[in-house]
Amino acid sequence: MQLFRPGANTIATVMIAAIGAAPVLAVGLSYEVMLSPYVTNQNISRNQPVPFSHEHHVSGLGLDCRYCHASVEKARFAGIPPTETCMTCHSQIWTNALMLAPVRESLSKNQPIAWERVHRLPDYVYFDHSVHVAKGVGCTTCHGDVGRMRLMRQAAPLTMQWCLDCHRSPERFLRPREAVFDPNWQAPKNQAEIGPKLAAGYHINTGHLTDCTICHR
Amino acid sequence: MTLRSLSSLLLLSLALAGCGDHSMSQQNRYSTFSKAGLFRDGTEAQPLPQGTVAQGDPERSRQITTPPAVDMALLSRGRERYDIYCSPCHGFSGHGDGMIVQRGFPAPPSYHSARLRSADAQHFFDVITHGYGAMYSYAARVEPRDRWAIIAYIRALQQSQHADVADVPELRSKLP
Repeated sequence: MQLFRPGANTIATVMIAAIGAAPVLAVGLSYEVMLSPYVTNQNISRNQPVPFSHEHHVSGLGLDCRYCHASVEKARFAGIPPTETCMTCHSQIWTNALMLAPVRESLSKNQPIAWERVHRLPDYVYFDHSVHVAKGVGCTTCHGDVGRMRLMRQAAPLTMQWCLDCHRSPERFLRPREAVFDPNWQAPKNQAEIGPKLAAGYHINTGHLTDCTICHR
Repeated sequence: MTLRSLSSLLLLSLALAGCGDHSMSQQNRYSTFSKAGLFRDGTEAQPLPQGTVAQGDPERSRQITTPPAVDMALLSRGRERYDIYCSPCHGFSGHGDGMIVQRGFPAPPSYHSARLRSADAQHFFDVITHGYGAMYSYAARVEPRDRWAIIAYIRALQQSQHADVADVPELRSKLP
């Protein structure tokens, strides 16, 4: 008596292979989802109450990052400028621009502008801007080519793997102190040579940079 | 439905519920500048209550009244702060022709005018602290010590535009 048709062998092989492959594919798919912009928010431009252009203010006008983000050298938080900072210039120029109406309204009503947050770390992560800029990590190393961004977006995935990537060997990214806020800095050809010297000069203890308590306190 | 399929369904839903739990990554507290329903104006960033003395306030008050000694380190600091906060309008050389002025901001007076060359340091300090004319106050962004550093650098800029050949050692011999 013939119980199985000749094709049954193929189906059985495929089924056995599928049972083996399913967990691998499932894990692979989960990883892809975890690292996708859907979860990390990488490269997603957000709609803001005012379409503020870093391209115009950084590349066009040449403003230093610290002109607006004034606490970046002193505090954990780099600082979102108060409305007065915008009005330092816009009380005199573009005073009737429709685009800037929310800024004027914020000043007259004494209500902060509700910007959409672009970079958000999980609450169990401790991060301090001041120590990074003091130790030669430049703005654009993490924030990308801000001077070419019309609307702000998160250039890096901000995953733990991405953080550790630098914490394991920061010398690949370190800059001399005067270049930290340079929006156009590129690693020089001899970075492999000067990087370790910079790390030593900044007293960076690479042996402890990947300790759990460095970021999870 | 059998007991086995029920229990596997339960396990699956438990596993999926794990994905929706953000209590670790978004903890029940306000982060810097976040919306905060607790306060009437809806923001976490609250103005300091009246009469608050912040840590380091006595030292800051002291810095306002006692200008630091001028040395190369102070001048470098002054140059850095000047380039960040002043150069957009006053220009890198202090002629009042910065980028924002080129874009339509009313031109500030040149530091090289007779009036500002003879103005005392306190005048510059007060202008940085309180603003002047169209210029806003920079007190929130430039600490008292940095204001003195900027003033020292402005003095250097003023000297650079009114220097004699005799002011630079051995320059005379290098000139054709």
